[in-house]
Formats: sequence, structure tokens, C-alpha cells
Amino acid sequence: MSSRRSRSSQSGSSRNITDDQITDLVSKLQQLIPEIRNRRSDKVSASKVLQETCNYIRNLHREVDDLSDRLSDLLATTDADSAQAAIIRSLLM
Amino acid sequence: MASSISELNFEESNRKKRRKTGDEPRDPNTGPETRWRSETEQRIYSTKLFEALRQVRRNSSPPGKVSGGHQVREAADRVLAVSAKGRTRWSRAILTSRLGMRLGGGNKHKKAKVGKVTGSSRLKRPANKRHLPAVQMKARVLSRLVPGCRKVSFPNLLEEASDYIVALEMQVRAMTALTELLTGAPVDRLGSSPGSSL
Repeated sequence: MSSRRSRSSQSGSSRNITDDQITDLVSKLQQLIPEIRNRRSDKVSASKVLQETCNYIRNLHREVDDLSDRLSDLLATTDADSAQAAIIRSLLM
Repeated sequence: MASSISELNFEESNRKKRRKTGDEPRDPNTGPETRWRSETEQRIYSTKLFEALRQVRRNSSPPGKVSGGHQVREAADRVLAVSAKGRTRWSRAILTSRLGMRLGGGNKHKKAKVGKVTGSSRLKRPANKRHLPAVQMKARVLSRLVPGCRKVSFPNLLEEASDYIVALEMQVRAMTALTELLTGAPVDRLGSSPGSSL
């Protein structure tokens, strides 16, 4: 079962974490973050990637909080039946 | 209800697809990024979220608007964790922490107090702060942002973080779409990407 988990576990079972593995993961993370992805430079330091990752996650948390506040206000004032009908209509289309 | 039937169909087809590909989420083609970005996943999440929010509204009293946003956020995180189907550490941590707060009640507060007491021991070792490389410090901050990843090894932390980011993006897209539906008008996002697709 451990061999199925991920290719990193091939050497991870003995806790020897290679630098290549880490570089691989860092580059994968780098591709996810729009700020670094748009700059198109391959030589971004790991420290910068981590910094931008933290900033990006904090931004996403802030957006979710903001949307949560809006949704809570909307749900308090909206009629549930019409909202559900609208959602089902959009899901079917 | 039509929504629950379609939801069951989606879940069953997703399970069948996963078993055919050998239950291996690490392939580059069917990686977690692809999974979280599929429209199907977003629709499932939107439906479940709406149902959860309706229950929240029924259970809580109407004048509680101050904590309304907090309840919505918790429901959204819970539904997101459920959608992860237990494959990732952060999703399991979210679900466990919800149960812990409901059953235990004071466990989290106890741990916070212990943390404050041992915080004074930092004064005995001022030199250690300078020796910590910047990468390690940032990894520590990251581990605090991703739920349930404080004592996780560095490569696992990076993996969890990448999955968490894509899941959060899906959450934002789904909630934006839901808000647009309820208001009937486009919503200004804090980010820079163009409007969501339904």
C-alpha cells in the first residue's frame, strides 16, 4: 500500500527526503500561485514561493470570509423557495 | 429532490472512475488540481453547501446576524472537507476539529493556554531565532495556515498546501457563483481573475 501512495514514498519510507523531491513540490506549488506563474521566471527561490503561498492562502481566506458574510446576509433576506428554484434551474442548464 | 438524485449520480460515477484508474490520485493527468477544478466537483459542492446553509439558517435564530458570517464560513469549510473525501490531512483536521469543539468544548482552549505558558521559554534562547533559516520560518507560518499541518514533514506540508490552495479556489468560485445566483447580479471579486463560469 505504501508504494501506491505517491512516488515520493519510494524513498520516503526510510525518511530520506531528497532535495529533488522538495524542488519538485516547490515547483508544483509555484505553478498554482498566480503571482509567480505570471512572471514566468524559472528561478524563483523557495523562500519566495513559500512567502507568496502564505500570502495567497491568506487572501483566499479573506475572500471566503467576505463571501460568507455576504451569503449570510443574503440568506437571511431571501426567500428559500425561489432561491432553490433558481439554483436547480442553473444546475440543469 | 432533483438535486440530491443528481448528486448521488455524480458521486457514484466519480467513485467508479477512481477505482478504474487504480485509486491513484498522484498521476499528472488526474491529479488533485484537475479534480478540484472540474465543473462537476463545483456543482456538487454548490449543492451541498446550499443545503447546509439552509439547515444553518433553520437552526439558528434570525436576529443572530453578527455570527451569521462565521456560521456560513464554518459550514463552507465543513462541506469542503467532506468533498475532499478524507484523502488529505487538512480535510480530516477540519472535520475532526468540528467534532472536537462540539463534544469536548474546552480542549482547544486548554491547548492555547499551554502554548502561552511555554512561550516564556523563548526568552531563554534568543540566539535560536537568528539561526533559523528564512525557509523554515516561512514553512512554520504555512503550517499554521493549513489546518492540521503543524507537525507534518516539509514535503507533506507542500503537498497539503498545494491541494488546499486548489480546494480553496474552488470554494471561492462556488460561493461567488452562489452569491451571484442569489443576488441576480455579478459580484466583484477581491482577486484579479475574470468572472466564474456556471
